[in-house]
Amino acid sequence: MATNVEAPMVGKILKIEKNVGDQVEEDEVVVVMEAMKMEIPIVAPTSGVLKEIKVSPGQAVEAGEVLAVIE
Amino acid sequence: MESALISGLQGLLLGVTHLGVGHVIMILIASLLLYLGISKGYEPLLLVPIGFGAILVNIPLAEMMGDDGFLRYFYNAGVRTEVFPLLIFLGIGAMTDFQPLLENPKIILLGAAGQFGIFLTLLLALALGFDKLDAVAVAIIGACDGPTAIYVSSKFAPHLLAAVSVAAYSYMSLVPLIQPPIMRFLTTEKERKIAMGVVREPVSKTTKILFPIVVTIFASILAPKGAPLIGTVMLGNLMKESGVVDRLKRAAENEIANIVTLLLGLCIGATMEADQFLQAQTLLVLGLGFIAISLDTVVGVLFGKLMCLLTAGKINPLIGAAGISAFPMAARVVQVEGQKYNKKNYLLMPAMSANAGGQIGSVIAAAVMLSVLQGMGIVGG
Repeated sequence: MATNVEAPMVGKILKIEKNVGDQVEEDEVVVVMEAMKMEIPIVAPTSGVLKEIKVSPGQAVEAGEVLAVIE
Repeated sequence: MESALISGLQGLLLGVTHLGVGHVIMILIASLLLYLGISKGYEPLLLVPIGFGAILVNIPLAEMMGDDGFLRYFYNAGVRTEVFPLLIFLGIGAMTDFQPLLENPKIILLGAAGQFGIFLTLLLALALGFDKLDAVAVAIIGACDGPTAIYVSSKFAPHLLAAVSVAAYSYMSLVPLIQPPIMRFLTTEKERKIAMGVVREPVSKTTKILFPIVVTIFASILAPKGAPLIGTVMLGNLMKESGVVDRLKRAAENEIANIVTLLLGLCIGATMEADQFLQAQTLLVLGLGFIAISLDTVVGVLFGKLMCLLTAGKINPLIGAAGISAFPMAARVVQVEGQKYNKKNYLLMPAMSANAGGQIGSVIAAAVMLSVLQGMGIVGG
């Protein structure tokens, strides 16, 4: 079952911490976002294999936008 | 000839002979403010002019705040008339985005709860024997908003202006240290773990334009004494949201705000004359200010717990701490604390809503207080 990693708020992508194909554990940081001049780590909502990364560093994202997919 | 020379040399030494212990202490305090601003990066935009103003005013015989002194000139023109803080409000309005608040309007209640410290501290200051107007100026530190504190104290207790503004700005930068222990003490781990989800409520441009106009009309009719405060913040915000006066908006948030910050800082420093500042009362003001900000946090978090209860656990009580107006520090503190207990917890946006509510809340609290005082006949109409 695929689970989306969503942006919890409007902001900018700062860093991608994982690669496609990586095994990620629940609560592990996948992406680091910047919002309101603050770095916010976005964690995996569940454990699984990182299937897809949909954003790249520097990109602006909206709240609710899918950042990555875990399967 | 000889005696003339000696008199001349004595003239050169006059400044030294007039230098008192108070002057030296104040120059040291001023140097500390400069050090904190320059080396530590604490509010340098304020501490550099304040610290330097405080040095200037404590040079014996220079009479910078004498009747013809240049600092007195700026002080009379901008602080006594309250024009400087009002121009700062214009800039704040132009910089503030009320969208997080409009997305989640019920959270404005937290912005109101975060102001209770003002009123509790007012009672405490009165109980400690402060004069009524002085007590108002001290309590307003609890607004956790520099310009509001400066506006109110310059109006009612100008002799406390330096102590009140130094307290207001130092505690604002200490928010990340003051708040977390209170937040942890008042909440359970289960409450701190509540995730609030993503808000995706679109706000129309019309709503954003109408907001500053409607708030100004209603809040000013309710609390006319606060109309200058509310009016300038909301005019600034209307300039931003209307999108048609970009030049004026940029002037308000850049050139005007910069010039006024410099002059206001100098004037605040200029009120730090040794015989006025070196009093036990100053320490009392600093102490009460600390209590005011702590009480704001306590009431904000407790109100957050109440909202958590009423919404059957949908609101994380931590965001109550962002109901004070220290913007955006308080909201950042909430984000960091929330994610400590639940990595999947992103409280920044709801905390921002409470924080924006706190900004309006502190201005309205000041306005209400001014109007109540007028009603009680303590200040003139």
